[in-house]
Amino acid sequence: MSAGTTLKIGRRGFLKTSAVGATGLVIGFYLPGRMEALAAFPADMQPASLNAWMLISPDDTVKIMIDKSEMGQGILTALCMIAAEELECDWKKIRTEFAPAATQYFNPAFHMQGTGGSSSVRSSWDPMRTAGAAARDMLLQAAAAKWSVDKSTCRAENGVIFHDATKRKLTYGSVAEAASKLPVPQDVPLKDPKQYRVIGKATKRLDTPDKVNGRTEFGLDVRRPGMLYAVVQRCPVFGGKVASFDATKAKAVPGVKNVIEISNGVAVVADNTWTAMQGRRALTVKWDEGPNAGVSSETISKLFADRTMQAGSEARKEGDAGAALSGAAQKIEAVYEVPFQAHATMEPINCTADVRADRVDVWGPVQFQTTSQAMAAKTCGLKPENAFIHTTYLGGGFGRKAGTDFTREAVEISKAVGAPVKLTWSREDDTQHDYYRPASYARMAGAIGTDGWPVAWTTRIACPSIMEAWFPGSTKNNLDPTSVEGVANLPYSIPNILVDYQRTETGIPVGFWRSVGASQNGFFSECFMDELAAAAKKDPYEFRRHMLDKAPRHLAVLELAAQKAGWDKPLPAGRFRGIAVLTAFESFAAQVVEISLNRTAKTVKVHRVVSAVDVGQVVNPSTITAQSESAIVYGLSSALHGNITITGGRVKETSFDSYPVLRMNEMPVIEVHIVASTEKPTGAGELSVPPVGPALCNAIFAATGRRIRRLPIRPEDLA
Amino acid sequence: MAIQFTLNGKPQSVDVNPNMPLLWVLRDTLGMTGTKFGCGISLCGACTVHIDGDATRSCITPISAVAGMKVTTIEGLSADRSHPVQRAWIEVDVPQCGYCQSGQIMTTAALLEKNTQPSDTEIDDALKGNICRCGTYQRIREAVHLAAKLRGAPAKKSAQFENEEPIKEALNTNVMETGVAR
Repeated sequence: MSAGTTLKIGRRGFLKTSAVGATGLVIGFYLPGRMEALAAFPADMQPASLNAWMLISPDDTVKIMIDKSEMGQGILTALCMIAAEELECDWKKIRTEFAPAATQYFNPAFHMQGTGGSSSVRSSWDPMRTAGAAARDMLLQAAAAKWSVDKSTCRAENGVIFHDATKRKLTYGSVAEAASKLPVPQDVPLKDPKQYRVIGKATKRLDTPDKVNGRTEFGLDVRRPGMLYAVVQRCPVFGGKVASFDATKAKAVPGVKNVIEISNGVAVVADNTWTAMQGRRALTVKWDEGPNAGVSSETISKLFADRTMQAGSEARKEGDAGAALSGAAQKIEAVYEVPFQAHATMEPINCTADVRADRVDVWGPVQFQTTSQAMAAKTCGLKPENAFIHTTYLGGGFGRKAGTDFTREAVEISKAVGAPVKLTWSREDDTQHDYYRPASYARMAGAIGTDGWPVAWTTRIACPSIMEAWFPGSTKNNLDPTSVEGVANLPYSIPNILVDYQRTETGIPVGFWRSVGASQNGFFSECFMDELAAAAKKDPYEFRRHMLDKAPRHLAVLELAAQKAGWDKPLPAGRFRGIAVLTAFESFAAQVVEISLNRTAKTVKVHRVVSAVDVGQVVNPSTITAQSESAIVYGLSSALHGNITITGGRVKETSFDSYPVLRMNEMPVIEVHIVASTEKPTGAGELSVPPVGPALCNAIFAATGRRIRRLPIRPEDLA
Repeated sequence: MAIQFTLNGKPQSVDVNPNMPLLWVLRDTLGMTGTKFGCGISLCGACTVHIDGDATRSCITPISAVAGMKVTTIEGLSADRSHPVQRAWIEVDVPQCGYCQSGQIMTTAALLEKNTQPSDTEIDDALKGNICRCGTYQRIREAVHLAAKLRGAPAKKSAQFENEEPIKEALNTNVMETGVAR
């Protein structure tokens, strides 16, 4: 790709063009300034060159580079919609390609290339629109030059440029090469949202057709010539190592090619996956279990409880909560606790690697391309530019596939055996060797004043830090914002607030789990808010409403959810409901959950979830609805079933029998209502996880009069 | 000794360990990756295929057990996504990550052969063995009802999906361009 012209586009960055042979117009957007770094990366990984977003070819196709991982959230389609809106191209001519790992594709939210934090639309909104608008302008200019008319007398529609006065038209492809030789426009006017004809319209996903006939290639479906298949036996205890192993029986299994020690276990390599699994079953490994062998859920809980007796790093402080609490008319105290959670993506962890002398290729369901590239390179002693990451479709991600552990394993094995290797994790491997949503513990206190409204709120959180585990040194004052999000940003008008954090490490690996800290802190804060409402003898909806006087977007979703759920109307006998409202990833969600109980069987049935979301400007309403439903199911799985138990430094649960997730027969009716907005687009994929747990538990309180302060919900909570 | 069976309407012979599950024969031996590995112990339904018309978990079915039988996988449900269940799935835009959908579709196709107008409860009962971690259950319910209606109705190709083929080609191109030359 030859270097093209560089022009400054406002203060946002640079647009460039490149001629790629004579194939057409390539346009890219380059952000020279980066957002705050979450972590330090090697100096040679600084953003440098053209970031190609779209290629318009002589055959009229428009190729959009997808620099984000498609893991179900619909980003592939959303990015195409954003680009197509400004480009005015023919939707049917759009083709896509997953971008390679390259500094040009750094996500400005992360200072690296990666998909997470519900940041994809937010970070692509400006670059994609700007690149589309610039390309359209250049194509118009090229057509105008060809006709020797003024550009302003031409218009573009559906991939065709028209000169109405002379009834002439040219397709994008026919002027693409000429356009590539033009300078990039200095100032690209973007559409007024009122003119949108793609953005905001419910649009079917571009990736659906291949997902109904088995053609979509997920990581686990990658096949390379001469490829071998591997599984790894890892130490069941976190932090443990191989002491010794006996491969005699494993090697005797017909089809097993090799048994090798890698940095975190023993790999069995065979001519198919099943044989590798059979070989692993025949393997004998003695482990040095390391320092965590005595860790259990009970010891962790006790540690958290002890740590919350001491003041922590202050995440939010307003007024004097301590004084307000001690002098209050009515004081409420409670302790909340949640366990570790596994991600349980449907596609188990896997990775295919091919290590050569001068390069390493990795194919897999990767969420963080930059760190995967760095890991692949480091593992075989190559430079990052010689590590090629080929991102496949992901069979679910939810944060798990941001890890580089599977990349390292596959690269180590391929390097050792000198052949391309596909590494497959079993479901049991996946459940027992995750980077878990941290277990967390919250000591809550609140005070109701003489006027019947809250005067003080305190929360002290004890849990491990995700950011320090993933990006050491990235937090300040021992305060990990992800550990307190969902409570530190409490939206209610309460004069005295104190939220502090006791970073407490447990030896159990932790990571980003759909909605991150908001998943547990939303539960703590919105259940405790309900406790305050009950203490103040007020309706939980009206109570919240009154205190959201300075939070208009929270208030709007709360009112919308309540109105659509019919909060003002009585429920049929035996039905109960709860409500919760939260902000996450700059968006807003409120939910009303409607339940009934079988008090004899001690079970709960969730009948209906009414959800209201405000995600700013909506790109694809169909996706917003789908992601809201998806996140609610994810949150219900966690609240009703999700429990990772630590015993002897290892995870007790193994598969979907011991770590159940929501199934079809437990599926409530979900109604999603979207607030119309022209605010900038904000996060949608994780937003609706946090409110459902507390809304559910608040509904159960309405039925039983008993608070649930520990998840998952247990039979004894339902009597 | 080679095991003979019918795979998607064609005779198939494989010479593998008779205990090897059908799932891995399909995926690794025959390169048919539409049938998915999810748990390996019949808990999630991602590996569902039809054996003599019955929805069956291929992960716990030894290849020896299908000798002489008719196996249909997602690749064999239709040549062109024209099966009513596939058409309904496209119309309702069911998949998110899509990993479980082969299994969901195969279970649904078998259900509708036996019960042409299932109720919500019957759908729940038939599909509760198929986990979708993206939580597409609501759209699956809707699509099952639509598929029931579409059965017998002629296939109609949606204009939206004229770009379906090249999407896949683009992905393959990416792999080819950046892969190592052999």
